[in-house]
Amino acid sequence: MTVLGAPLVNLNQHWLTTLLGIVALTLVMTLAVMFATYYERKVIARIQQRLGPMRTGAYGIMQPMADTLKLVAKEDLRPATADPVAFELAVFAIFIPAFLALIAIPYTQDWIVSPLPLSLLYLLAVSGLSFIGFLMAGWGSDSKYALLGGMRAAAQLISYEIPLILAAIGIVMITRSVDLSAIVIFQHKVPLIVWQPLGFLIFLTASIAELERQPFDIPTGESEVAGGVFIEYSGIRWSMFQLTSYVNMYVFSLLGALVFLGGWEWPFGRDVGWGYQLLLTLAKMSIFIVFYLWVRASLPRLRVDQLMSYAWKVLIPFALVQIFLNGLVLVYDLPDVALLITSGAGAAALVYFIYRSVRVKPRRPLEMVANSVAARSVV
Amino acid sequence: MVVEQDAPEIVDIPINMGPQHPSTHGVFRMVLVVSGEQVLDVTPHIGYMHRGGEKLMETMDFRQGIGYADRTEYLAQFSAELAYCLAVERLMEIEVPERAQYIRVILTELNRLSSHFMFMGAFGIDSGLFGTSFTYAFREREYIQDVFEEVSGDRLMYAYFRVGGLAWEVTDNFVERVHEVLKSSAQGIRDLDDLLTRNEIFAARCQNIGAFTAQQAIANGLSGPLLRASGVPWDLRKDEPYSVYDRFRFEVPVGHYGDVYDRYLVRLEEMRQSIKIIEQALEQLPPEGPIVPEKMPRRLRTPPGEVYAKVEAPRGEWGVYLVSKGGDKPYRLKMRSPSFCNLSALREMTIGQYLADAVMILGSMDIVLCCVDR
Repeated sequence: MTVLGAPLVNLNQHWLTTLLGIVALTLVMTLAVMFATYYERKVIARIQQRLGPMRTGAYGIMQPMADTLKLVAKEDLRPATADPVAFELAVFAIFIPAFLALIAIPYTQDWIVSPLPLSLLYLLAVSGLSFIGFLMAGWGSDSKYALLGGMRAAAQLISYEIPLILAAIGIVMITRSVDLSAIVIFQHKVPLIVWQPLGFLIFLTASIAELERQPFDIPTGESEVAGGVFIEYSGIRWSMFQLTSYVNMYVFSLLGALVFLGGWEWPFGRDVGWGYQLLLTLAKMSIFIVFYLWVRASLPRLRVDQLMSYAWKVLIPFALVQIFLNGLVLVYDLPDVALLITSGAGAAALVYFIYRSVRVKPRRPLEMVANSVAARSVV
Repeated sequence: MVVEQDAPEIVDIPINMGPQHPSTHGVFRMVLVVSGEQVLDVTPHIGYMHRGGEKLMETMDFRQGIGYADRTEYLAQFSAELAYCLAVERLMEIEVPERAQYIRVILTELNRLSSHFMFMGAFGIDSGLFGTSFTYAFREREYIQDVFEEVSGDRLMYAYFRVGGLAWEVTDNFVERVHEVLKSSAQGIRDLDDLLTRNEIFAARCQNIGAFTAQQAIANGLSGPLLRASGVPWDLRKDEPYSVYDRFRFEVPVGHYGDVYDRYLVRLEEMRQSIKIIEQALEQLPPEGPIVPEKMPRRLRTPPGEVYAKVEAPRGEWGVYLVSKGGDKPYRLKMRSPSFCNLSALREMTIGQYLADAVMILGSMDIVLCCVDR
């Protein structure tokens, strides 16, 4: 089967290699997620003037193990009125796409489980599947909070998918490839963030929304819907949801590192060996992860109508502008600098537009009444 | 051909928020009727914490009742104690010594600071912050509670005020300790100001939500920061000064819009004014002197009569209505709690807003459930 003239699945590879890769990746990812939970708790604790976990092992390094054991040992509850099929399959409907996305990511030049010619397309398509799981969990739990959370999740994920894909289209136009490896190699001299700052900003904000992290954690908003779709889940199922959300964080961080920051290619080229390449990819990935954690600890949550208007009225128009600008540059065969200038101007316009629309508008300051007995007659 | 089907009936979903919900600030329950995300109706349910506190206080003598005032308003204990003591003192016509008056004012205002810090922290969480405002606010609250602990021996239930004065003399380094705490509190107010006030998302979430005009606020019997945010300059410390509040220069912040953001700003400014009051009180504090009147009877017996004493607590007007038929116990005691009176405006404020805003509006009222249910 071919899509856009390229085979969807690479059949040259031995199936055993793929299988081994998948198993190894799943195990490594589980450990990576455990580390991510520890790291997140430590970083956020520092921002909040706390120490974070300190009791389990040196500097609380064993905390993720303790958490995992506790969650696995917990009773697996299911509400009596829940729809058993939807309730139990929802976990997998969210869990599997997240791991599917991992197989198409080139960690180094050669470290890729399945080198797909359409890997960027595949990645975006697979990561867009998870909203079905959220809907299933929301509907199957038979809880109003879960239903609200599921509906919010579906609306949010679908809305923010669009700017994300539009930003990726801008990249594809420039690199003329949907293969992540080719996109990384394209950035041999200059990473794409330089040519596509507007696309990068759109990708960054849309990816936070796709990850449902603050300030876009509306589906799971603790203070409103008290956990949203996860409210009825416990034990191993709940921990699978959490695992998935962290895997997604890795996926989007890797995607950003590969597509916009030059992955393993920039700045040392491809001759430095897989060790340096892997380190480079991971270092660039961690920039995104730290950014996500930092934002999480410092911003309140948007309201649902503000969230929607941000996607449809701001991000999508600007993403279309980015595509249009890229098209102009490519059609008239302008030099590469034109990309930087147009997209940079677009990014500046986006930042300014957001600043204009969300900045704290000056209001009448509080009136300071020194002697209120006299002032009372005014009212 | 039209197939006749039983059309599913479209109903608005009632959502039961509480009594166990992260942002109902205790055991408050509200049943929200929502259409999508919009709130159509709110039914508040209270009483989960009802312990018959007022009746219980009628069985206690005037010394024991102070401890119960703490347990009713557990975030502004000194205000509650002060109102109770003022009521009994007025009935017995006791003159409280200067030094005790000043220490009472210092502690009450420090308590206002700690209570408003609590509000700032919890309100940040209501708005969706991942606990950052909470930890910053609680750092300052801890410092203030340390002073309270040094003075009264307890971190939560101080029971330090007495009818006629104070239980015992404050610690020797009281003045220096309060100065230290004021310095750190001023820094804490700046931190929270940086974190929240100019935050675009926070402002977008707070502005134009749950707005009340001055007329609405008065008609609903609001008091405290909610009333002042709606533009009514009503502060008992100014308008009907009790204790020694008429000796301090401070200003009352008054809002223009009456929305959630104004309530937040009013509280923020009140904290700065409280610091000003405490600094003046520390200056004027007599270095030594009695803390209870010379001729204090060993058993407190009031003459028959009735009295209503009110103080400006952090949440509004805290009043104690006390009827005595003589003897060492109140015949009838009623507490006017600002949380309860302010909460009655919840329905009018919330209808028509989004579900997420309902949480913010409830948070902006800064209720203490113990004080609502009593």
